[in-house]
Amino acid sequence: MQPPAEHVHWLFATGFLLVALCLLAEALAGPEAWRRRRWRTYLWPGLIFFGGLLMWPVMTFYTNSAIHMLAHGSWAQVMMLAGGAQLALASGKLQSRWWQLTVPLALIVSGSASLIHESNGWLYSRAAFVHHVCGWTVIVGALFPLGRTIRPRSLSFSTGYALTFLIVAVVLFTARDAAPIFGHYSDAVVPHR
Amino acid sequence: MSTQVATEISAIAHRSIRARAIASLGPLTVVGGAVWAILQPYRITLLHPHGQGFWWLAVEPPLLVVLVGVVFQLLIAPGVISDLEEVEDAAAR
Repeated sequence: MQPPAEHVHWLFATGFLLVALCLLAEALAGPEAWRRRRWRTYLWPGLIFFGGLLMWPVMTFYTNSAIHMLAHGSWAQVMMLAGGAQLALASGKLQSRWWQLTVPLALIVSGSASLIHESNGWLYSRAAFVHHVCGWTVIVGALFPLGRTIRPRSLSFSTGYALTFLIVAVVLFTARDAAPIFGHYSDAVVPHR
Repeated sequence: MSTQVATEISAIAHRSIRARAIASLGPLTVVGGAVWAILQPYRITLLHPHGQGFWWLAVEPPLLVVLVGVVFQLLIAPGVISDLEEVEDAAAR
């Protein structure tokens, strides 16, 4: 009763889309309004932490190779670290704002893992293309939470951070196990599967 | 027109750009999912369920996008907008 790999990508895309909407709302409302209700401060860090928990069964059941297992395992760890640190910051158990750096760290490790565990080139298949786009989006997107750590009230950094999750969600929704890379526009590119 | 309805209309008319932007996030997401469903109806396996397995019927990406938009609009956006308006009112005084 194991879901196909593409369905797993879509379920994570759903979670990332919700995180993106929360981050966009936080960016637009500003931290003062967003933190007025306690439960809201736990919302997106909780979703990230829960996503990290769900990466463990992905690591266990989708082990195509050792590099897949290592990539999914490292994802699980850094997502839980980033989510947990944000939860602790929200509850006041952690005080230093430098714990915010766990988020760019998680994004860089996740992006690198996405690129490293995809052994094929960009135009090998839809799945390969999706992993390359997600990997580079997340690595470049790590600049936004890094900037947000230094300038927490910056609308640009907060919006960029939210849009990173939005782009990743959209790209993950396009993941298919077998499909032309660019759908109807794929005449120029022949996929291997 | 009742006083309550008139008050609600007045409140909506005086919403800030930021509050309107937050209020539009959910509906825009729902519209995005609906447009996707129209453009790629084959992604909605409920429209042709015969022979589909559990996961193909349970996980329908365009409907998941609509669901996220609805959840955000019903559970998250109203509180954020209300708190934002309170913060803006306090700053204006």
